[in-house]
Amino acid sequence: MRNKKDRLISIALVAPSIIAILIFVYGFILWSVRVSLSTWKGLLPNYTWNGLTNYIELFHDPRFMIDIRNTAIFTILFVSGSLLLGLLLATLLDQGLKGEGFFRSVFLFPMAISYIVTGVVWRWLMNPAMGSRMSGLNLLFSALGLDFLANEWHTTPNWGIAFIAIPAIWQMSGYVMALYLSGLRAIPEQLREAARVDGATELQVYRRIILPMLRPVTLSAMIILGHISLKVFDLIIAVAGKQVALDVPAIYMWQTTFDGYFFGRGAAIGILLLISVAALVIPYLHYSLQSEAEV
Amino acid sequence: MSEKRLPYALFALLMVTALLLTACGGGGTETTANQVEVFSWWTGGGEAAGLEAMIEVFNTQYPDIEFVNAAVAGGAGTNARAVLATRLQAGDAPDSWQGHAGQELIGTYVATDQLEPLNFLYEEQGWLDVMPDTLIPLISHDGNIYSVPVNIHRANVLWYNPAILEANGIAVPTSLDEWFTAMDTLQAAGVETPLALGEQWTALHLFETVLLASLGPDAYNGIWNGSTDWGSAEVTTALQHFEKILTYTNSDAASLSWQDAAQLVVEGDAAFNVMGDWAEGYFRELGKEPVTDYGWAAVPGSDGVFQFLSDSFVLAKNAPHRDAAIAWLTVAGSREGQDAFNPVKGSIPARNDADRSLYGVYLQSAMDDWASDIVVGSLTHGVVANDSWKSEIDTALGLYLNNGNLAAFQQALVAACTSSGPCQ
Repeated sequence: MRNKKDRLISIALVAPSIIAILIFVYGFILWSVRVSLSTWKGLLPNYTWNGLTNYIELFHDPRFMIDIRNTAIFTILFVSGSLLLGLLLATLLDQGLKGEGFFRSVFLFPMAISYIVTGVVWRWLMNPAMGSRMSGLNLLFSALGLDFLANEWHTTPNWGIAFIAIPAIWQMSGYVMALYLSGLRAIPEQLREAARVDGATELQVYRRIILPMLRPVTLSAMIILGHISLKVFDLIIAVAGKQVALDVPAIYMWQTTFDGYFFGRGAAIGILLLISVAALVIPYLHYSLQSEAEV
Repeated sequence: MSEKRLPYALFALLMVTALLLTACGGGGTETTANQVEVFSWWTGGGEAAGLEAMIEVFNTQYPDIEFVNAAVAGGAGTNARAVLATRLQAGDAPDSWQGHAGQELIGTYVATDQLEPLNFLYEEQGWLDVMPDTLIPLISHDGNIYSVPVNIHRANVLWYNPAILEANGIAVPTSLDEWFTAMDTLQAAGVETPLALGEQWTALHLFETVLLASLGPDAYNGIWNGSTDWGSAEVTTALQHFEKILTYTNSDAASLSWQDAAQLVVEGDAAFNVMGDWAEGYFRELGKEPVTDYGWAAVPGSDGVFQFLSDSFVLAKNAPHRDAAIAWLTVAGSREGQDAFNPVKGSIPARNDADRSLYGVYLQSAMDDWASDIVVGSLTHGVVANDSWKSEIDTALGLYLNNGNLAAFQQALVAACTSSGPCQ
């Protein structure tokens, strides 16, 4: 009997949050889907059925094509850059050097800063002015005699978005390092010892033993970084403001909805963003739930 | 409860209390009969100080009406407009709110029937006699006037560095061709940046002034009311002028704010900058002297035309405190109210009977032009196009800045006029 009572209480306790999530998350997702299928343009709601027109127009919209391209470039560079740098830092820290705790904190700290702050600082560092007005990193390069490194950063034609990945990597690689470090610590020392006894070089130990055992960590990190990357918004606004050259779907959604009152189009972009994030996260959840069940 | 858990329990209690207090705080706006709620995005600098000065005038004239200042900060009104949209959608309109005079207000709020016409107030107060004739049609829709302009800014101003022009023997250009020649001379003389430009919206600002200079006021008005074709040869010529002008600008434009770009002129890093006349307030802040440190003229080719923008206040339809709101609008349109606001904000009054002695050298010259010039509206600042149309034009311009394809730019402008403008 006691068991049943416990169960009732636990259901009663979680019910408010379940109801709130049903309304404020799933309810609003459904509402956004409905808006994205409407002709709503202007201040007041207009739910006139519009079919998939908003979506079809987006895929003929040159600005949205730039968004997709920018997101793809940014995601590839940001995710791979953070993973590589994070792995490198974790491997270095795992060598049992002195003051590990200090360095761990130093590398992890950028994560505690908001993207807006990161963006403003890097906006100063990546100042693209040339000639007499040079400043930021360009000035540093020039003072060190490394003039060839001075460049236009995020104002580089067509590839500006690639430079936005630099502050993003700076911010998130410490977090990836922490993930990898815990992964490395979970690998029993005996395995490495056994490999060494069998005559494996250190490089082989990493390639054949450690990296494969870190695969679940890599997967988690990719998912976490991937969904951040698809939704990137504040970092770009802080570094570069509103400009089509560095546009991504989230910025387009915001501008077209609140500056231009294209609510239907804005909702359609929102739903496409949701689908793209879901395409990344759902298989992962499925996989991890399955492997939990197997354990 | 063990000792170890006590701090956690206290912390949890604290959080819950905080949450409850926040929740209670939400419903705190009580409505009393004698108040007026005015919504704006004037929260800092000269704008907020100007609003305060005008509120003071209001409080003296209407001591029994409480003024509720519902200002929302951020992004030149972007945040405020989003908040206002949410409030209007929920049927919780403020009595009066700020908006750029013209199509930004009309396309958004008149089209959705949120505003009450103010013709009666204009007639009662005699405002039609003290405001320019060419202004009224730009802030009206179907013969109804929907807002009270508090201040006037000019968009088509060319700022220049007098020392650089003198050193290179250049007179202030008065036509686009003279301007091109002047900038060629500067480039040949090794001036890195003849024309300073900032982020994308400042390019849109430059674009609208070049459209005006190239098309002339009649055709310029025509592209906004549908009588001039966006696909026509004269628009093509205007776009080619714009393309040529961009070749004189700095390569790091996208990373500069309008202040950064304007500063290049007074610091001697650039010869020219096109920016609205709020730049003058910024130059003063930097401690620069008019005429000696910076000069001004109409954008070459647009002399005798005043491309204006204006902050104005409206009367909400079914305003909760209609009489108090009308009292506020009366102050906002009065000579006393405008003379309190504008010297502080750094703009000129919409009325041409203001007290000139309150204003500086630049503003006095702008007041002269305002009284005598042909008045046309600004695109970037909401006079001539509704928000949807403007955002489509902004996207078209952004794509052009990205790919340099002028023909595609013109096509996109034609399409924008069809989808969101009067070219149905």
